Amino acid sequence: MRVLEFETKALLRSRGLSLPRGDVVISGPEALATARALGGPVVLKAQVPTGRRMKAGGVLFAATPEESSNLAESLLGRSINGFLVDRILVEERIAAEQEVFLAASYDRTNKRATLIASAAGGINVELAERVIRREFSTRYSPPDYLGREVAADLGLQGQGVNELGDVILDVARYFSNWDALLLELNPIVKDPKGHWWVADAHLELDDDAAFRQAELWRQVPRSTEWAQRRSKIERLAREIDDKDHRGVAGRMIAFDGDLGLLVGGGGASLTIMDSMLDAGLKPANYCEIGGNPSVWKVKELTKLVLGLPRVRKIAVIMNVVSNTRVDLVARGVIKGVLESGREPREVIAAFRIPGSWEAEGQAILRHYNVPSFGRETSIDQVVDAIRCQF
Amino acid sequence: MSILVNSETRVLVQGITGREAADFTRESIRYGTRVVAGVTPGKGGSVVHGVPVYDSVRAAMRDSPCTATVISVPAPFAHDAAEEALANGLRLVVVLTERIPRKDVVSILETAQTVGATVIGPNTLGVISPGQARVGMCGGAADSIRIAYTSGHVGVMSRSGGMMTEIASLLTHSGIGQSTCVSIGGDAVVGSTFLDLLPKFEADEETQALVLFCEPGGSMEERLAEHLVRHKTRLPIFAFVAGRFTDRNQGLRFGHAAVIVEGTSGSPRGKIGALTRAGVTVAEKLSQIPHLVKTGLANRS
Repeated sequence: MRVLEFETKALLRSRGLSLPRGDVVISGPEALATARALGGPVVLKAQVPTGRRMKAGGVLFAATPEESSNLAESLLGRSINGFLVDRILVEERIAAEQEVFLAASYDRTNKRATLIASAAGGINVELAERVIRREFSTRYSPPDYLGREVAADLGLQGQGVNELGDVILDVARYFSNWDALLLELNPIVKDPKGHWWVADAHLELDDDAAFRQAELWRQVPRSTEWAQRRSKIERLAREIDDKDHRGVAGRMIAFDGDLGLLVGGGGASLTIMDSMLDAGLKPANYCEIGGNPSVWKVKELTKLVLGLPRVRKIAVIMNVVSNTRVDLVARGVIKGVLESGREPREVIAAFRIPGSWEAEGQAILRHYNVPSFGRETSIDQVVDAIRCQF
Repeated sequence: MSILVNSETRVLVQGITGREAADFTRESIRYGTRVVAGVTPGKGGSVVHGVPVYDSVRAAMRDSPCTATVISVPAPFAHDAAEEALANGLRLVVVLTERIPRKDVVSILETAQTVGATVIGPNTLGVISPGQARVGMCGGAADSIRIAYTSGHVGVMSRSGGMMTEIASLLTHSGIGQSTCVSIGGDAVVGSTFLDLLPKFEADEETQALVLFCEPGGSMEERLAEHLVRHKTRLPIFAFVAGRFTDRNQGLRFGHAAVIVEGTSGSPRGKIGALTRAGVTVAEKLSQIPHLVKTGLANRS
């Protein structure tokens, strides 16, 4: 889960790190009041769960409170990378003598937690020439010297090594303690007095560790709410999945094409989508099925997909499966089509599931004159057969 | 013969009393795999499909020494189960469990590296050396495995467990058998990458070619390609890269760290380019794989 900036900063502040003063606002007048209270120039930052806000116009600078009010009005209700802005963080601007980039993440190649630091902070850090990488173990609490060494690697000396070293150590510590996948402070800025401030912070938490981080997750309620927002069609698919424990009705995503899909998940769905788009077909949705779903579950999903506005036909395609009963899926699809008041042979463009009870499944499909395929027909060949019908 | 597992492999199943584990244990045995012990703390003394169950790995190893373990326990317990296996001498650990916290996965891999063990997964469907042993649950029931997989000379490594069986089935249908097929696992961090396993396939004289199923994300394909540019391999390699459609609507990345850590790698287009430049034959369609493999092998001999 991606944690919103203001909630990430609240977490860091409560752990003793130095952050700019600021507040979250939801209107122009609130922005005005906050900017007045802060005094001096401020920065306005859209609180949406996406990176690259600066490049997308989600970060604005105001010299006066009145300007901050106007900018807030213009930013609220806008879409940043597809997310509607409903909250803005208004913060004081810290005069920066130096900017540093610092992050902790897991390196997939070395398979280790890794600190990444650069003396060139800011949005162009990806281009920085000298990037410091330092592996550390999340099995133990990171040692104090880790922070000092990385600070020294950044070119600091004397008191600066201790001060920035503490921040670096905190990043390693909280990255580990919070079961984070990414904790990125960019930039950390040094003010003219030599004090280090966290000007921006990104945090991504490991969903798979939520079971043991309940207290932390409770501290970021707005981020949790964003993460759980779903479209209506996603909610309906989830309801079907929840009502019957047999099989998986995985993620449902609606697109705007005319070919409805029930497909195997993971690598199979990637392969199927590639073939579809290569063939010029336009998927109306993405809907994974897996495991051994019941007739009822497949029937309901079929009806849901057929109910999408532009759907003309549907395709049911899986890879060679190990435990899906083909006959049950076939019956579910046929029933779903019939209950939608449609004709199976007109609506089902292709059915391809090589698995157990395949002959029984094929017999059902043949009875309704539905084009069905076995393992001898590869996924891309099935898609070619569908293309001929569009 | 094969890599990682063969007809001599003595398999332990951790979490054997779970419904899914009991099912794949039964089918693995029917397929000919030597499943010799199971562990579920608290269920010691029971028997699952003829396999004795112990409360601990230590007790299992005393009674029936094993050379490989399959971990199929709930995610919160997977870290401990893997550490227990490694502490008791297991040197091949196949982790089927999905959704293990990343921190736990990395911790397991640190221990495994220290003791010199091989970890496959997590989130893998397992490893199969057709005709010899199936360690995990790839291919499903014994009868289904026999239809999809046949023994032969092509090694398969797949980032998708399901598509591994699809590829094996394609090869089998064209009369091409497999030496060993490895579902390397779907997580961001996995114990054994393409590059980690390549030397094992190179050392296996039965293996004459490799087929890879690649997916977007990470840099496993790029790292393999970098290696192949510097080191010649005796094995012709054929790959299919799924998820090209994700190049068209790039998901927005979060933060800069991923870009710095992974470089610009991750996109299917980038992977196809890197593999091609390294001499790997990249199939445009999955169905071309058998023909490409046949042609490639014929040209060499």
